[in-house]
Amino acid sequence: MNQAQTTRKLTAAFSRENLLEYKSVIALLVFMVVVSFISPSFFSVDNLLNILRQSSVNAIIAVGMTFVILTSGIDLSVGSVLALTGALAATMLGLNQSLLVVVALTLAAGAVLGCISGWIIAKGRVQPFIATLATMTLLRGATMVYTDGRPISAFGGAYSSAFSTIGTGYFLGIPVPVYIMALVFALAWYVLNHTRLGRYVYALGGNESATRLSGINVDRIKLAVYGISGALSALAGIIVTSRLASAQPTAGTSYELDAIAAVVLGGTSLTGGKGRIMGTLVGVLIIGILNNALNLLNVSSYYQLIAKALVILLAVLVDTRSSK
Amino acid sequence: MSIAKKTRFFAPVLTAMAAAFMLSACSDSAEKQSTEMMVEKENTLALVVSTLNNPFFVDLKEGAEQKAQELGYQLVVLDSQNDSAREMTNIEDLTVQGVQLILLNPADSDAAGNSVLIANEAGIPVVTLDRGANGGQIASHVASNNVAGGAMAAELIIDLLNNEGQVIQLEGVPGTSAARERGVGFETALEGSNIEIVASQPADFDRTKALNVTENLLQANPDVKAIFAQNDEMALGAIKAVDAAQKDIIVVGFDGTAEGINAVQTGEMTATVAQQAAAVGAMGVEVADQVLKGMEVEEFTPVELQLIQIETVQP
Repeated sequence: MNQAQTTRKLTAAFSRENLLEYKSVIALLVFMVVVSFISPSFFSVDNLLNILRQSSVNAIIAVGMTFVILTSGIDLSVGSVLALTGALAATMLGLNQSLLVVVALTLAAGAVLGCISGWIIAKGRVQPFIATLATMTLLRGATMVYTDGRPISAFGGAYSSAFSTIGTGYFLGIPVPVYIMALVFALAWYVLNHTRLGRYVYALGGNESATRLSGINVDRIKLAVYGISGALSALAGIIVTSRLASAQPTAGTSYELDAIAAVVLGGTSLTGGKGRIMGTLVGVLIIGILNNALNLLNVSSYYQLIAKALVILLAVLVDTRSSK
Repeated sequence: MSIAKKTRFFAPVLTAMAAAFMLSACSDSAEKQSTEMMVEKENTLALVVSTLNNPFFVDLKEGAEQKAQELGYQLVVLDSQNDSAREMTNIEDLTVQGVQLILLNPADSDAAGNSVLIANEAGIPVVTLDRGANGGQIASHVASNNVAGGAMAAELIIDLLNNEGQVIQLEGVPGTSAARERGVGFETALEGSNIEIVASQPADFDRTKALNVTENLLQANPDVKAIFAQNDEMALGAIKAVDAAQKDIIVVGFDGTAEGINAVQTGEMTATVAQQAAAVGAMGVEVADQVLKGMEVEEFTPVELQLIQIETVQP
């Protein structure tokens, strides 16, 4: 490609349409600049690493949520899956199971739990909102019953210290959960953009009846996306349990809201079929920085809820208006 | 993907990354700035409280704020909303802000261990308030003598029931040192007496939960004569259940919050073992001051309790 073509293409990259499309990234940058002026502690390496590490849990759940929302569904049960699978992981550690076994079985359990929602939605033909609202409550109840309302310690097992590196370890100065988050995004990007499943997911979200009529097994795709969401919630559960060295029965409460907010802020449409996984990354970072900034600025926790809600409302309004 | 698509896709991401790197290169100057800021923040303490939804902890916070003002400290207050993960996030965020010391009121004593370690690694001393942390290095633990308080409640019940009868205990959040210690104090003091604990269930220091739990326990144990709730919130919930069941049962609370003391005044609650929440907060700040001045402090700094009964309250 010659110079002129390259220049043209690069200029096109920053054209007005693209700038509008990437408003979330621009918003993120503006936000970061503003916060760094208000709070000097914001732009330290430590704080940025903190933000990345704290966002990793929401990020991983949000990836699963992206898959689900792309099919015009929703998964409210992610927080409860996180809690229940976290409790299972802690129990297995207490039984001295090896790290590999603990992680593999926990992820599998998450996938199974997700598939339960998926089955209810696909075969039972129940609306995703209702179905996952029910599974959210069911699984939270199951977690309470299983844990007897008490935290389960992930401490003291033979492999507990190995397990703790997942949530608290560093590699080359960067927290391990950040690597996990990067890996999850890379894999998701690949699946959504370079595999048949990815294409079917977009097709299903765009027009379900057309997809079904073209002979694609829509039920299996739904099962797959909810299973993915469940497995990723379990991965998030592993990280949270590892960070606290304890599985809390109330873990993950309201995490679904942050995940959905991240997906929406990233430009994925709730009606399905439209959206980029990298948009979710931007959404996750916006929420992560927002949470961090509110803490650094010592905003009362009551106002923090209001601030977050306003940001999300604003983003969704801008998004709806610009796509009309 | 074609080159065009790739450029479109990666351009904003690369711009974002480039901007981030440029800005964090400026962080060298920002770090110098923040060192100056840290010098300004020389007198900053942080209070990480488990939840501000419980009036007890609101009193604790206010006590701490007042004492901090007296001693010339700035107090940053963060609310963990009863979530240990949130608590850990709060502590991490404090480590980049240059606070001198963290006063921690853990949501869960076990899960707080890792959070304390994070503060330790950042070289920030930690003083725990009301609940302990099972891990990491603590400069001091400031709390009411919960064991003595539980015993106070037990002795009162033995007295009022003439050493005969059945009693229910409503426990706090399982795993917290407060719940454990009050329980131990109560149960130990009842050993060797003729009072029988027929049921002891957690109601998580929560009023609504206590209402439900008490309703169920009263169904199962209709001859109960007294209820000991490990905090006033639960006692107030238990009172509602007792009223609904139309029984004559002694209810003893713990904490001495404003509503609790009010209930004792009106006769709804028989008594409460008053903690001085504000005093715990204030003592915490005092101990923090001593730690920062390099003075030796006790591992456990107890704060006195006061039994409040109807006679005590009425003039």
